[in-house]
Amino acid sequence: MTAAVQEALELGTVESHLHPEGSFDVDAHEVPKGREEIWRFTPLKRLKGIHDSAPFADGATKVEVEAAAGVSVETVAADDAVRGTSGLVPTDRVSARAWAASTGATVVRIPTDTVIEGATVIRHHGTGSETAGAGHAVIVAEKFAKATVVLVFEGSAVVADNIEIVVEDGADLTVVSVQDWADDAVHLSTQHAKVGRDANLKHVSVSFGGDVVRHDFTAEYAGPGGSVEALGLYFADAGQHIEHRLFVDHTAPKTKSNVVYKGALQGEKAHAVWIGNVLIRKEAEGIETYEENRNLILTDGAWADSVPNLEIETGEIEGAGHASAIGRFDDEQLFYLQSRGIAETEAKRLVVHGFFNDLIRQIGVPELEEKLTSTVEAELAKNINTLITKDNV
Amino acid sequence: MSTLEIKDLTVSVETEDGPKEILKGVTLTINSGETHAIMGPNGSGKSTLAYSIAGHPKYTITGGTVTLDGEDVLEMSVDERAKAGLFLAMQYPVEVPGVSVANFLRTAKTALTGEAPKLRTWVKDVNGAMDKMHLDPTFSQRSVNEGFSGGEKKRHEIAQLDILDPAFALLDEIDSGLDIDALKVVSDGINDFRARDGKSVLLITHYTRILRYIKPDHVHVFVAGRIAESGGPDLAEELEASGYERFTSAAV
Ligand SMILES: Nc1ncnc2c1ncn2[C@@H]1O[C@H](COP(=O)(O)OP(=O)(O)OP(=O)(O)O)[C@@H](O)[C@H]1O
Ligand SMILES: [Mg+2]
Repeated sequence: MTAAVQEALELGTVESHLHPEGSFDVDAHEVPKGREEIWRFTPLKRLKGIHDSAPFADGATKVEVEAAAGVSVETVAADDAVRGTSGLVPTDRVSARAWAASTGATVVRIPTDTVIEGATVIRHHGTGSETAGAGHAVIVAEKFAKATVVLVFEGSAVVADNIEIVVEDGADLTVVSVQDWADDAVHLSTQHAKVGRDANLKHVSVSFGGDVVRHDFTAEYAGPGGSVEALGLYFADAGQHIEHRLFVDHTAPKTKSNVVYKGALQGEKAHAVWIGNVLIRKEAEGIETYEENRNLILTDGAWADSVPNLEIETGEIEGAGHASAIGRFDDEQLFYLQSRGIAETEAKRLVVHGFFNDLIRQIGVPELEEKLTSTVEAELAKNINTLITKDNV
Repeated sequence: MSTLEIKDLTVSVETEDGPKEILKGVTLTINSGETHAIMGPNGSGKSTLAYSIAGHPKYTITGGTVTLDGEDVLEMSVDERAKAGLFLAMQYPVEVPGVSVANFLRTAKTALTGEAPKLRTWVKDVNGAMDKMHLDPTFSQRSVNEGFSGGEKKRHEIAQLDILDPAFALLDEIDSGLDIDALKVVSDGINDFRARDGKSVLLITHYTRILRYIKPDHVHVFVAGRIAESGGPDLAEELEASGYERFTSAAV
């Protein structure tokens, strides 16, 4: 057992909020007031009422699909049996409301035994933030299939959605969700994955734009040997609230999870929240888990909350650990670069790119790499002259 | 051509109990083409001197001057000092995760010369410099100093010295942590640099062994924040034979 596990065990009993009762009934979920554990970081006032009773209407986003050859993408009715196959049961009011309000679902299916070249991209273009939209998507990688699916969200919109991910036995699926919203967008997304025996899921969340972006990603395992890699990259600007809540539920033995989220924050009242929950159930012997969240605060006035939480019900595990950090530029790194003639702002740019580079490489979707690097660059350009170091805090 | 002149330099660091004076008046002139060795016991302030010249924000200059060909170095930002010709090889080179050596070197070279290096010769130059330091070409793709062994970090510093080609090299304990083979490789690198026209070197070391390979023109014994004695190469030989005791007891 690693030291981290020892430490987590010694923390004693944490009050568990990791496995709440879910319900499809909207009224079973009270309207959040802000003090609830799962809502305490979220600025409810800025949610345009979607956590309460604001009506949903169709057409909040225009959807464009670029399906890779061999992948089927279709729209099914809301009562189609495919909904719910990931095991998703809403555990909060927004998810339950989105479930009830959805008039259909987009189903992406990768057939058994097929390896798909290139990414399937589903682009959601927001058409305005006056009315809210509810969405539902189900991504199914059938047995031994291999594919990459990219969801892109852009423009102005208020959206609540449920995204289900089913990775059948032996399949290998990458799902990337890119939130490149306009400044006024509100997006609350519940993404739930069920990972089959010996299957791999790489789930990537990238958030740049939007007023409030909150993503809840949860994963459970349908059999032993499954693996989940959850990667996240975010850049919070002035006034932006970007929240990621992750929950990996190790429900089967010999499963793996690796969670790495990295974010940079800049500008007055830029706020990032990361909650990383991992539950290792009694039956989940021999599992391995690691979760990490790093925040780089680039300017004054920005802040981050980072809460890793490991709950362990069996000691029979391979390894478990977590790391969480909120820091500013490292003076030694900047000095080293500057002492080679690199100007301060350039040195800072290098360090930020370096901070994200490993992660961008791990995403492993070539179509995205360049775009992500240039978006990081564009974000940096906004504040490059006011970036702070530890020194002038 | 460059002359580095350090006059009555006093430097302090912030500690929990307020500022602590570390350099207590250092005066030293290094002319173009000269190699000076500064030798001193642990904690005497050798690194402080090197970092202060290079402009590390941790150190506060409380008095004295540092000029390079008459230009006030202390007024310059860290990168301006590098552009003026100073290079500091660090005792503990810093890791910069996610920034490749290739990108780092190219960015530095571009900053120093004001134009991007010519692609055709650049890759060859970098590979050549790495090869001379017995670092294989894959190092270019690795993150700066990340996961490098102690010796690899030092050899990487000298590869940088070769590529960035400053006028003035401050080498802070470049010999520490090197085995005898690596010490030879690093010394060869430094001697190659010295063989170039008008290059100056300030070699800071704790031990005399590197002076078997690099012959200094001047040797200074550094004790308790100041130069206790200066002399020729024979001073190093005395230190080799009898250690720092004569100087440290005098300083107390
Ligand atoms: N932040 C600090 N607080 C207190 N003392 C400090 C601080 N930073 C440096 N010093 C002290 O300054 C003195 C000089 O340090 P410096 O690193 O310059 O010595 P050095 O001669 O390079 O030693 P070495 O041979 O070990 O490299 C040491 O006594 C060190 O403890
Ligand atoms: Mg030192």
